[in-house]
Amino acid sequence: MAGGATATAQGNTQATAIALSEVSVAFRLGGGGLYTAVERATLNVADGEFVAIVGPTGCGKSTLLNIAAGLIAPSSGRVDIFDSPLAALNRQAGYLFQADALFPWKTALENVAIGLETAGTPTVEARARAQSWLMRVGLSAFGDRYPHMLSGGQRKRVGLAQVLIRDPKILLMDEPFGPLDAQTRQIMGNLLLDLWSGDRKAVLFVTHDLEEAIALSDRVVIMSAGPAARVIGDWRVKLARPRDIGEIKLDHAFHELHRDIWHMLKAEVIKGYAQTEGA
Amino acid sequence: MSRTWLIVLQVLVAVVSIALWHVLTTYQIFGAVLLPPFFFSNPLDVAQQIVAWFASGVIWKHLWVTLIESILAFVLGSIGGVLVGFWFARQPRTAAVFDPYVKMVNALPRVVLAPIFTLWLGLGIWSKVALGVTLVFFIVFFNVYQGVKEVSLTVLANARMLGMSERQLMRHVYWPSALSWMFSSLHTSVGFAVVGAVVGEYLGSAAGLGYLIQQAEGVFDVAGVFAGMFVLAAFVIVIDTLVTMVERRLLVWRPLVGDSRP
Repeated sequence: MAGGATATAQGNTQATAIALSEVSVAFRLGGGGLYTAVERATLNVADGEFVAIVGPTGCGKSTLLNIAAGLIAPSSGRVDIFDSPLAALNRQAGYLFQADALFPWKTALENVAIGLETAGTPTVEARARAQSWLMRVGLSAFGDRYPHMLSGGQRKRVGLAQVLIRDPKILLMDEPFGPLDAQTRQIMGNLLLDLWSGDRKAVLFVTHDLEEAIALSDRVVIMSAGPAARVIGDWRVKLARPRDIGEIKLDHAFHELHRDIWHMLKAEVIKGYAQTEGA
Repeated sequence: MSRTWLIVLQVLVAVVSIALWHVLTTYQIFGAVLLPPFFFSNPLDVAQQIVAWFASGVIWKHLWVTLIESILAFVLGSIGGVLVGFWFARQPRTAAVFDPYVKMVNALPRVVLAPIFTLWLGLGIWSKVALGVTLVFFIVFFNVYQGVKEVSLTVLANARMLGMSERQLMRHVYWPSALSWMFSSLHTSVGFAVVGAVVGEYLGSAAGLGYLIQQAEGVFDVAGVFAGMFVLAAFVIVIDTLVTMVERRLLVWRPLVGDSRP
């Protein structure tokens, strides 16, 4: 394992944005049994740090994210957000979902503005700021379109603007670019890094794509195959920023890191497949 | 198929049908009139009857009465359906308690309620409105209930993460979702409002299209019955066109593919 599980990005001076300690999650099954999705997972994300969680399908990556968001309460363990325990919904976090989460009955502009409007910002001001956010994600001409009129990539851009306009201190992302094609993913990745480099929020980014994880993040965390998934690896990505996702994949250091992590991940992926096949 | 060509073919269907009707009720074929005019009337008599109604102006009063009854039935039934649909969807326990009764009343053929409504509310418009309401209410109720129940969980989670309170969820998530379901059944519910009004009139009233048809039937005036049917059909088409326009305006956010009517 390269780097300790508790290490933070720039030593001890940085605050810890997300601290999951010994978190377990169990779901009650229909038959009365108990399914342990995540078992005693420990994970810290420092303020300003970009952490990617990688693991085989169904390993509970998204569950971990939902715990950090406060959408699910853990069965046991502790969740701290900026050193205070999380009791309800995580108000300091923005969440970009894997599935379409835009309001289909609102235009792109209204979708972006809604997070401000519900917080009490006057409509005119909220719309103006939403328009400038649409510009930042490259959609200034698409404000009056409804989600179904936008492409998958454009919807993700609107989603990104919708989350970032509220200026959350923590950004949680659940395979946000999963449904997109390879080129669009790359463009979205660069857009994300570009927006993130402006104010360096703490990011927890779930993906099953190891290349994407390394290219984007400061740290890559590997989870074991479920059930009872745990954090089994924690790798620091020491590639220089700013990065271009397309170019960095040609870097020699990128390849070495990819090979090392893949070596560990491969075994888990095979285990994960065996379990889903058997189920 | 081009639009003009389509319209030409559509008109052709009407022309051929009416011509056939005219020939079969007027001329002898193989030594007999195949459709006796006593039972089938003929297009000219029916047209004359319609013209006479409009020329004398008596039809307007009946159309007006049917229209008012339909509108009242639609509005009252929709309001009730929306309120109860929301209430049940947000209170699963209440919904569970009332579930068998809702199913029971909905399974009842509404026509059997007409005599009761006539007894309670008299022969005026309100007994017809009540009949229409019982039809419209259930369609709207089931759709709103479904709409609130089937809000996408991701959209709901997203709304929560964006900091919405319960009230804001109601306004920005549940309400639009329920409305979209309600509007998807708009054609059905408006149609049923008209059905309620006309059937109610037919069963006992002093005005309306249903009354007109019933009166003609009472004196074996087949031309009058057919004329009433044609006026009613035209009336329904006009209303349906208006509904389509309202629908286009209100549901702009919905994709057009998969846009199917019941």
